[in-house]
Amino acid sequence: MQCQECGKRPATLHFTKIVNGEKTELHICESCARERGELIPGTTSGFSIHNLLSGLLDFEPAGSGAKQPALRCDMCGMTYSQFSKMGRFGCSHCYKQFADRLDPLLKRVHGNTVHVGKVPRRAGGRVRTKREIDKLKKEMQSRIEREDFEAAAKIRDRIRDLEKEIGM
Amino acid sequence: MAKPEFAEQALSPWMKKEGPDRDVVLSSRIRIARNLRSYPFPMLATPSQSADVMEQLLSVAETGRLNGLGQPATYRLSELTELEKLVLVEKHLISPALAGESRNGALILGRNEDISIMINEEDHLRIQCLYPGFQIREAWEYASKVDDIFEESVDYAFDEKYGYLTSCPTNVGTGIRASVMMHLPALVITGQINRILSAVTQVGLAVRGLYGEGSEATGNLFQISNQITLGQSETEILDNLHSVARQMIGHEKAARDRLLAESRARIEDRVRRSYGILSYASIIDSKEAAQRLSDVRLGVNLGLLPEVELDVLNELIVSTQPGFLQQKFGEALNPEQRDMTRAQIIRSRLATKA
Repeated sequence: MQCQECGKRPATLHFTKIVNGEKTELHICESCARERGELIPGTTSGFSIHNLLSGLLDFEPAGSGAKQPALRCDMCGMTYSQFSKMGRFGCSHCYKQFADRLDPLLKRVHGNTVHVGKVPRRAGGRVRTKREIDKLKKEMQSRIEREDFEAAAKIRDRIRDLEKEIGM
Repeated sequence: MAKPEFAEQALSPWMKKEGPDRDVVLSSRIRIARNLRSYPFPMLATPSQSADVMEQLLSVAETGRLNGLGQPATYRLSELTELEKLVLVEKHLISPALAGESRNGALILGRNEDISIMINEEDHLRIQCLYPGFQIREAWEYASKVDDIFEESVDYAFDEKYGYLTSCPTNVGTGIRASVMMHLPALVITGQINRILSAVTQVGLAVRGLYGEGSEATGNLFQISNQITLGQSETEILDNLHSVARQMIGHEKAARDRLLAESRARIEDRVRRSYGILSYASIIDSKEAAQRLSDVRLGVNLGLLPEVELDVLNELIVSTQPGFLQQKFGEALNPEQRDMTRAQIIRSRLATKA
């Protein structure tokens, strides 16, 4: 099959596009595809999750009528509007700097705003301890319900120790 | 420089191992994204910062701390040729982004190629584990172990509220992307695939083609993966993917049984025709090759083509990609030469016993 565009080279790429229910087929060679900016599998061009994301990021929280000063990360210098165009943060500090606007976005992407998974051993020491405390509190409650006060008191002491450890 | 080991064989050693439900699931993959705390993400890092990150992370492998995981080799992307990079992409060992646009990118690759660790891709560190068949939980356990080893030596960017911080907000939290590569020919032939795939996307999973984001599903190969990384634990994410994939395997197997029971002659004709074309064609484009290989795979799964081995088909999926063809010939090929070379490789591979 010859390329539909140039009619010279053999067609090596075959596209089926469905736009608003209308199906179009396209058989072209690689160089014509590049010219047209068609998405070639395995190459980095065309539409990606980041294009999609920047649509979500432009979203301004309701009630923000007044013009806000440009929000900028003081670590890497990225502004919120740059972030919303690119769909990527500049550094880990951006998460703190843009925190006020982040929750609605994360809610839309993930349906959630708080991490509940794995916690690293070193970097996550405090979180690990907090989770341990939550677990112990539940256990203490169930001991109290079963009127096992002696065990509950031991757990309470352990909780106090842990809370002191992380300065709560 | 001598040809690197990964360029010799199209079929990664891990692909040769047996795996559960291998007649439907080709492979299970886990990728976790991590970043170092005191450096900007790769996109904004200065050359000296990204070089620092690269050396710190490579040193974890080069000082032998990963040796328990199969003596990995390390490669700086700047030392590899364009063709070698393309071969790595076709074997799913690195992403097109690492091959194309990374600065100070590097790769740590396990001897079995079941673990590949990308440095300075979108995130500082991306750990990828590949298992044959349907073993998504096993893949996670392995990846998590590697993650722990890195965490002993480097400081991760981790936030109490948001979890592991990543360059793209779609990865924040667990930083995990779990995926299974499924071959679903019977669902395609019986016209059920669209209904099933649209159901899959409604439960928060994504469907992609063989080469991930943006690639078309060719050869009836579909990659199913999680979308959500924040607010669900790794176990919940894996359980969700596992149960959906388990159901899809069930549907595919039921559809295969029905095809055999109701239209055995037709399906036999279809797979034998495709086997015939692959065995004798002189010119074949990538799309047709993928479709015919899918037919033959189905034939093997249904016991209709006992003379063909699955490993040979797995190998051909990779060795018929453009980079591999070109490497085999050692010079640039135009599309028509490529289609001829592809046909030749398939012919000779099917003619020799594995």
